[in-house]
Amino acid sequence: MRRTLVVIAFFVLLLGMWEALVRTKIWSPVLVPSPLSVARYIKDGLQSGDLEHASFVTMRRLLIGYVLGLVFGLPLGLLTARFKSCEDTLGVIALGLQTLPSVCWVPLALLWFGQTEAAMLFVVVMGTLWSVVIATDNGVRTVPPIFARAARTMGSKQLHTWIKVIVPASLPFIVSGMKQGWAFAWRSLMAAEIYVTILSGFGLGSLLNYGRELQAMDQVIGIMLIIIVIGLLADKILFSPWERFLYRRWGTAKN
Amino acid sequence: MMAVHEELQNVPPEKLVVEGVSKWFRTRRAAVHALDNVSLTIHEGEFVCLVGPSGCGKSTLLNIIAGLEIPDSGQVLADGKPVLGPGRERMMMFQESALFPWLDVMDNVLFGLKLKPNLKRKERREVAKYYLHLVGLEKFMAASIHELSGGMKQRVALARALAPNPRVLLMDEPFAALDALTREQLYGDIQRIWQERKKTIVFVTHNVREAACLGNRVVLFSPHPGRIQEKFQIDLPRPRDINSVDLAKYSSEIMSALKRHLNSELAEVAG
Repeated sequence: MRRTLVVIAFFVLLLGMWEALVRTKIWSPVLVPSPLSVARYIKDGLQSGDLEHASFVTMRRLLIGYVLGLVFGLPLGLLTARFKSCEDTLGVIALGLQTLPSVCWVPLALLWFGQTEAAMLFVVVMGTLWSVVIATDNGVRTVPPIFARAARTMGSKQLHTWIKVIVPASLPFIVSGMKQGWAFAWRSLMAAEIYVTILSGFGLGSLLNYGRELQAMDQVIGIMLIIIVIGLLADKILFSPWERFLYRRWGTAKN
Repeated sequence: MMAVHEELQNVPPEKLVVEGVSKWFRTRRAAVHALDNVSLTIHEGEFVCLVGPSGCGKSTLLNIIAGLEIPDSGQVLADGKPVLGPGRERMMMFQESALFPWLDVMDNVLFGLKLKPNLKRKERREVAKYYLHLVGLEKFMAASIHELSGGMKQRVALARALAPNPRVLLMDEPFAALDALTREQLYGDIQRIWQERKKTIVFVTHNVREAACLGNRVVLFSPHPGRIQEKFQIDLPRPRDINSVDLAKYSSEIMSALKRHLNSELAEVAG
């Protein structure tokens, strides 16, 4: 109860200071809009359906790309952990490409796919894939060998051991890799949307960029807030169940 | 007279036969001779303790019996058939519990049962419950592994090893990491379960007193290379108490034998 009050008081104070600063008219209202005008922009955007639509376009790109990244990343990570030949080839590529900021894929994606959804997906997949590969590989390598030995004495064979022991044992690493992949995908998608106009749909990044072009600061800040909220919600919806599971089973720290 | 005595003996069948097993571990720097031509016969229903200082190859022998490691020469026969890999007939229990943290207690016990054919879901659960009851943890079925104490973990590991109903239980210093009080409770439990379930147990330990308390037979190993030095028959009634005076006689006998072998080895090295 007390904690909630502190939180409410803090944010009310923050908004109040923002409003007060705007009223002093030190800065032009074009550069620093009042919280009320930002709220009005969000309200109008929601009523006209523009914001919902843009959020939907962005979320669809992100989710499809992210799921593709996971679908390819997990098995590749298992392969690089299992086979020396995969480690020396795919593993090296994964390590190299993971260091590449995923925004750097945007020019290539545009040349290959043009201003299409495919380009956007490609950027998100590249942002997700490599960190998932590396986290999975890493997780598998840190599984105590005793788990596999114990499973073998109970009659578990190759594939069964992998699916029932090695993969679940590396789950803490895989989940943190998924989180990192998510963060990379989110960032790269926003960057791509901001500086590429994709005719098949305007995402939040595009709206943010129009805000700049129209010098509509209320729009810029409003979209930024929505991007933050989506990021927070995704974290809660996608990862909280996993983290709760890890906390319950492994006794790891709760975030 | 001797012939009659032997004739009247009720000798149980040979369960495990270790025949001239040798094992080397080669690292980049050196080759360690872990086991040198070790032979040992273990009968059905026996409780045999392998004891010796670290590096004497007792754990290696246990892994070879389990089928987790392959000997460089010699072989192990289980029920007359050579051991070629791990098998459900010979279950292993490790020093660390090796329980799976992503499964709850029940699912850990079920893991081996699910790999056993011809068991229905309900039957598996019933069997698992039976063994959890046997180790006194039926109330902790839904608990996570990290919530259990060290002793409870080893009890769950014991239930998990017993659940597929192996004839042989291989135990690699399973109580070494526990506190003395918990260990004493488990000495009682393991003796009771051994008698109730009529298993053949091979138990590895470096604790001489523990070996004397649990084993019908104690096999003393010496290191560099790993060899069997001496075998002791422990004729004491069950259940045995680790603190009993009778037991102390046996353990001091084994202890002095151990020291003798170590000293002669040192003398050999010095000479």
